[in-house]
Amino acid sequence: MDGWMDGWMDGWMDGWMGGWVDGLLLTIGITSSFQMQFMLLFSRQGKLRLQKWYVPLSDKEKKKITRELVQTVLARKPKMCSFLEWRDLKIVYKRYASLYFCCAIEDQDNELITLEIIHRYVELLDKYFGSVCELDIIFNFEKAYFILDEFLLGGEAQETSKKNVLKAIEQADLLQENIDYQTRLFAGVMVPSMASESSGLFQS
Amino acid sequence: WVCHTPIRLRELIRTIRTARTQAEEREMIQKECAAIRSSFREEDNTYRCRNVAKLLYMHMLGYPAHFGQLECLKLIASQKFTDKRIGYLGAMLLLDERQDVHLLMTNCIKNDLNHSTQYVQGLALCTLGCMGSSEMCRDLAGEVEKLLKTSNSYLRKKAALCAVHVIRKVPELMEMFLPATKNLLSEKNHGVLHTSVVLLTEMCERSPDMLAHFRKLVPQLVRILKNLIMSGYSPEHDVSGISDPFLQVRILRLLRILGKGDDDSSEAMNDILAQVATNTETSKNVGNAILYETVLTIMDIKSESGLRVLAINILGRFLLNNDKNIRYVALTSLLKTVQTDHNAVQRHRSTIVDCLKDLDVSIKRRAMELSFALVNGNNIRGMMKELLYFLDSCDPEFKADCASGVFLAAEKYAPSKRWHIDTIMRVLTTAGSYVRDDSVPNLIQLITNSVEMHAYTVQRLYKALLDDISQQPLVQVASWCIGEYGDLLISGQCEEEEPIQVTEDEVLDVLEGLLVSNLSSPVTRGYSLTAIMKLSTRFSSVNRIKKVVSIYGSSIDVELQQRAVEYNALFKKYDHMRPALLERMPIMEKTASNGPTEIVQTNGEAEPSVVEPKHPPPVGQPASQVKNTVFGLVSRCLSLMAFYLFDLSKTVNFLSIGIPPMTAYNKNGLKIDFTFERANPNPNVAVITIHASNSTEADMTDFVFQAAVPKTFQLQLLSPSSNVVPALNQGTVTQVIRVLNQQKLRMRIKLTYIHKGSAVQDLAEVNNFPPQSWQ
Repeated sequence: MDGWMDGWMDGWMDGWMGGWVDGLLLTIGITSSFQMQFMLLFSRQGKLRLQKWYVPLSDKEKKKITRELVQTVLARKPKMCSFLEWRDLKIVYKRYASLYFCCAIEDQDNELITLEIIHRYVELLDKYFGSVCELDIIFNFEKAYFILDEFLLGGEAQETSKKNVLKAIEQADLLQENIDYQTRLFAGVMVPSMASESSGLFQS
Repeated sequence: WVCHTPIRLRELIRTIRTARTQAEEREMIQKECAAIRSSFREEDNTYRCRNVAKLLYMHMLGYPAHFGQLECLKLIASQKFTDKRIGYLGAMLLLDERQDVHLLMTNCIKNDLNHSTQYVQGLALCTLGCMGSSEMCRDLAGEVEKLLKTSNSYLRKKAALCAVHVIRKVPELMEMFLPATKNLLSEKNHGVLHTSVVLLTEMCERSPDMLAHFRKLVPQLVRILKNLIMSGYSPEHDVSGISDPFLQVRILRLLRILGKGDDDSSEAMNDILAQVATNTETSKNVGNAILYETVLTIMDIKSESGLRVLAINILGRFLLNNDKNIRYVALTSLLKTVQTDHNAVQRHRSTIVDCLKDLDVSIKRRAMELSFALVNGNNIRGMMKELLYFLDSCDPEFKADCASGVFLAAEKYAPSKRWHIDTIMRVLTTAGSYVRDDSVPNLIQLITNSVEMHAYTVQRLYKALLDDISQQPLVQVASWCIGEYGDLLISGQCEEEEPIQVTEDEVLDVLEGLLVSNLSSPVTRGYSLTAIMKLSTRFSSVNRIKKVVSIYGSSIDVELQQRAVEYNALFKKYDHMRPALLERMPIMEKTASNGPTEIVQTNGEAEPSVVEPKHPPPVGQPASQVKNTVFGLVSRCLSLMAFYLFDLSKTVNFLSIGIPPMTAYNKNGLKIDFTFERANPNPNVAVITIHASNSTEADMTDFVFQAAVPKTFQLQLLSPSSNVVPALNQGTVTQVIRVLNQQKLRMRIKLTYIHKGSAVQDLAEVNNFPPQSWQ
């Protein structure tokens, strides 16, 4: 495809995205070959429960990807393996009860360890919510994001200890609930009291 | 207007979930959005957080939430932790770097990176590392670098991944992180170790200098890995008996990058790789994940042969694993190594072939690809049996690739010509409608060159036609052969099997049947008409043939009509040339491995120089172009006669079915002509070939042609024939454009090239497309 990506990405070019040449992922530019590009959680009816994007895409593009991928994954039969090729990416997905966890990784990435990443995230949710179910994710979606953001950063695992992730979330939650800290939590860091909104916002 | 407290998030979620229809939900959403909007307008600080959270929920349901973007920024700027938490989350969900408004975050992030509370710093690092634009990364790289050197492991690990993101966005900034990497691996904290390894990996991948610089870390990495394996149970990092598999995998990956192409590094990691390969528990996925990464590393570095065999055997064991995921990665890896470690992979051939019967589509596909890669002169018969069986029973999505694979393998390793023809026949009759268009000319060439098999081939193809005329590739090849070897067919010369008894009329019945059948595509009709015409010099029923040809002189199919008209002319004014023009095709020379692209032969009166030599078609070239070099050869000669006879305007590609060519650009000695075709099978696709020629005395090098079309169109460019437009019109550069269009076609083109030492660039609008090109 000679010359296509040479900066002629003005309005005229949008017309061919999603046409034969799916230039969609090319617009992201050169990423490394080991990046998780996004993670989606959706129900068996195809309802989106969480979307974490690690590459810049427009809302329209995200919607399109989500729609197509959800359809593709939901069409898979139970006996099929957890990996599929989709556009330029590898999709790793696993169903936990009524929720599909779906990650898009790049060509050189290790699918099996991605399954472990997904599993670790589910374990974290489970520990946090106590026997997590889809309803927990629905009603506490922001917490699901907070937990994810303590586990992964930019698509990579930032912490491999379950305990440490949960500890950090716990502390941050406490901070939200306006508890004064005088003690040192981690080496060399003093956490002063913070004014925060009176509790109740996120209580059911 | 009664102001009331905005409803809580969870109450909203509960309410929305009670909606029984989409319309009901939409109504609730709109109502709540209106309330939120007015709340935003009132600059309500107290409930901003609650409102944005609700907006994020509605956004996830698919409703627009852009009016909340600035509110997120306000939340981020707030002093309350709760506000920041939701504000940053909202920024990550609602903002993206294409919108200028995201830059307003930069200052807030900068402040928060220096906040006294590590959780606030964490939020800032996370957001920057997830969605920071290049500008933001440039502005804040210094802050990230500072945090990379902190002793606070909570922040250090986040800073490392944030640095990875910065480097991905602004590679030039990589250097500034180098000093901070100095003692990253001395950390005991696994989080920091893991993220540090990721950072080092990113740097090594992007810069050969960095890679060389970090090679000295190999012993340290080996030690860390060794400790992970040898150390006892560590509850904090244990996963099914394995200590921190995530870290192990990342270290193995970094070792791969460092060891690649470097003997010393590869040697230094040899032992640990062998250790991991033999000692890792394989009963669960986590162990296999590590083994998988180990195998990938062993195969990529300069490992000794024993280690490589060990790796392939691990993959072989994976193939027998009950877990289909494991089988899948095994097949993928084997596919990567089959070229370099062919013999080792061959040992697992039967297991691989068994995977053809797997239920999973991805596994089947890989097994198929691998099977084809393993075919050689020794196993061709056995392998082909399996693959043809697979072709019979596989899903339609595989048939085209499998058919192509069979043809290729047969071409390379056929033990005999007879076996070859039989294999081709088997594919055409069982998967004939899935065979790729470009297989047809390839097969025709093959058949033409198997001189001693002509009688057998035409007989088998004829019999196949009697059974089924729905599969176009089969029909096309059969038509061609009957046209060429019809004389052998009726004279019953077949040696390989019992010759059939068939008369000229019966053969012509079949070919005429193809012309009228609505199962036949226009291309097929062209093949059969030409075949009928050729038989005029091989059969005695010339009058019948003349009649058929004259009927089609008024066909509504313009292609067919043109052909028939020309053939008519051959009967009338140029009858003396007819035998020579229609004589048997000679052996065709292949100039490119893709197939018969340049037909080097003379044929009767047609001057070879007048026949335009085609450039070898690039991969993905529309089939019509390749097909025409063989199919159109005879017709092309005739068409050129027509050109002389009827003084038609110069059409370089006569198969343009009536769309006249045009000059799109003509400036400074560079001329670009467009010629047109309709693609087959989608008639809404216009296939435009550009022909660039250069009348100046100097070559135009580094020639790049780019095109743009309005949003309502879809456009595809295939590879150009070359990037040098030779001087003095000595040749043309051609390139194929495909446009899906139903409206007036407009195009902008951009040309860049080097001429007489200076770079030239020009833009032009092309508006003079002939109406037929888009109607």
